[in-house]
Amino acid sequence: MTAGDATAPHPVRVFLVDDHALFRTGVRAELAAAEQVEVVGEAGSVAEAVAGIAHYQPEVVLLDVHMPDGGGAEVLRQVRPRQPEVVFLALSVSDAAEDVIAVIRGGARGYVTKTISGRELADAIVRVHGGDAVFSPRLAGFVLDAFSEGPGSAPVGDPELDLLTPREREVLRLLARGYAYKEIASELYISVKTVETHVSSVLRKTQLSNRYELSRWATDRRLV
Amino acid sequence: MPAIARPCDHDVVRDQRNQQPADPGQGAATKPMAQRPRSVAQLRRRRGGRLVAGVAGGVADHLGCPVLWVRGAFAVLAVCGGAGVLAYALLWVFVPQSTAAGEPMSTKERQQGFGVILLCLGAMVAVGGVFSMPAWLATPLVVVLVGAAVVWREADESQRRRWRQGARTNVVGALLGGGGRSAVIRVLAGAALVVVGIVVLLVGSTSMDEVRFALLAVGATLVGVAVLTVPWWVRLVRDLDIERASRIRSQERAEIAAHLHDSVLQTLALIQKQASSEREVRRLARGQERELRNWLYGPDGYGAQRPAVEDSRPATTLSAELARICGEVEDSFAIEVQQVVVGDCELDERLSAQLAAAREAIVNAAKHAGVAEVSVYAEVEAAQVSVYVRDRGSGFDPDSVPADRHGLADSIHGRMRRHGGTVKVRTSPGGGTEVQMEMPRAAA
Repeated sequence: MTAGDATAPHPVRVFLVDDHALFRTGVRAELAAAEQVEVVGEAGSVAEAVAGIAHYQPEVVLLDVHMPDGGGAEVLRQVRPRQPEVVFLALSVSDAAEDVIAVIRGGARGYVTKTISGRELADAIVRVHGGDAVFSPRLAGFVLDAFSEGPGSAPVGDPELDLLTPREREVLRLLARGYAYKEIASELYISVKTVETHVSSVLRKTQLSNRYELSRWATDRRLV
Repeated sequence: MPAIARPCDHDVVRDQRNQQPADPGQGAATKPMAQRPRSVAQLRRRRGGRLVAGVAGGVADHLGCPVLWVRGAFAVLAVCGGAGVLAYALLWVFVPQSTAAGEPMSTKERQQGFGVILLCLGAMVAVGGVFSMPAWLATPLVVVLVGAAVVWREADESQRRRWRQGARTNVVGALLGGGGRSAVIRVLAGAALVVVGIVVLLVGSTSMDEVRFALLAVGATLVGVAVLTVPWWVRLVRDLDIERASRIRSQERAEIAAHLHDSVLQTLALIQKQASSEREVRRLARGQERELRNWLYGPDGYGAQRPAVEDSRPATTLSAELARICGEVEDSFAIEVQQVVVGDCELDERLSAQLAAAREAIVNAAKHAGVAEVSVYAEVEAAQVSVYVRDRGSGFDPDSVPADRHGLADSIHGRMRRHGGTVKVRTSPGGGTEVQMEMPRAAA
């Protein structure tokens, strides 16, 4: 199955994890309209989520960042070793960069905010399922900030991983400015596929980078 | 539309306020403090302008009469069998010290005060109240009293408050806490005086053997009492801890309840009243979300570790100011402004000008683009600050803008140019608009 193929033979199987039942119902309703995705199950806590994901074998998990008993990062920690094929997409209302960065570093393939429309959400699910990363402008901003090289920033571990290429930086910046992938592609005279490749490699760097605890970025920033 | 809705807002808010007394929670907790009348000053010992311990001054403040009269009264009472001295000492022990600094006393007042004390001493000698006692009793008594007074004075107020509140802090530390060397010397001197007085008293009255026996007995009794009361002390300390923790918790709860009452509940009530106007509901919900989000996750927010009180952060950073501006536009035009800020720095004159230009650009987008969402992106780099304001709205033809429209020309281009910045506008009919504003940073 190819990335972003709208005429996929079967809809993407999605599992919802959020501690608010009302919100899960809302997401289900929004996604019901989309043909490309199908919600197969939902969970309201970390334990339920771990059991549910093992049982339903979904392809994509929509993961809330903020939950009691550990949150999205804990679900990732428990599920990923056992089911590495499951793809996670963080869906958060949180504005706290350290939460979001923690989930991304834990292995989520993207991050979207809860005010996203149903159509965009379905689109994002299909994209992460196809192997791409999905960034909201806000996350692009967080990542740019984490990789920024201001004076007094964290020591560099692996210079290869700890820097963004100028092109990746450009792509991220346009993302943060609110451009859609298609618009970024036409702005930079590259294909949408190339944009997706850049974003994926940014995601990989975010997850692997030794840029000394990316997740502590927000804390450091608060101390400035 | 918003202009019509505004007055209603206030009416509803007032309604809520009127209902408040029915609400048992925070109304009761916060109001009485502020409203209690304060016509008579509470009895507090003076901190500034005192001769001995500020008791006479405090009483004078309380009664509203000159200090000299009070001092005189104490002196007269002192002559009458030492009642004045006793009263002074008791007030010293039991009346808390005022927290306000108070003004220092004048030389004249000081001289008067000393005069009163000397007169009083002279009169006491003359009456012979104290000294009619046998010398073996009077001398040690005076020594003990002076010693106790010295110790007490050293331990005055801040130390004693610590004794009372924190049973855990050890007494030696509390005694010497914050006073430095001179305090140590004075406390030791006072304690030595007390001991010497007691010893002299005992030696003078009885033979040496009995003293030793008595001292042993007293010591043994004290140790026994201490051992017997260990559980009680432990419980006292634990209770204090529990009490303190629960007080903090309930304060926290009250604060959260108060905040939710003032913000979320009010907004939900308003939304119920405005349910028919989708635009207004959106505006309210958005404003409330922003406010609550900032309270929870913002840099000075509830969830963040609060910075220490002394390093009060300057409130004028670029990100804070941009967030404020975006919020303002969101509220007045009922659109969503999504802002992303990378990096942060202090505002200066140039950046303020840039933000003013950005504000104009956001307002333009809100007014003319005909969209529900505007993106604002700001990036702080070492050499410059860039702000991008973007909408996916109708766009326009830059050449067809009438010459009498000043928004873009003056407020954005002019402002930026005057401060050394540059502006690029990318727009086309139907293709949305993006205003790019770049401002070099002042050399640090």
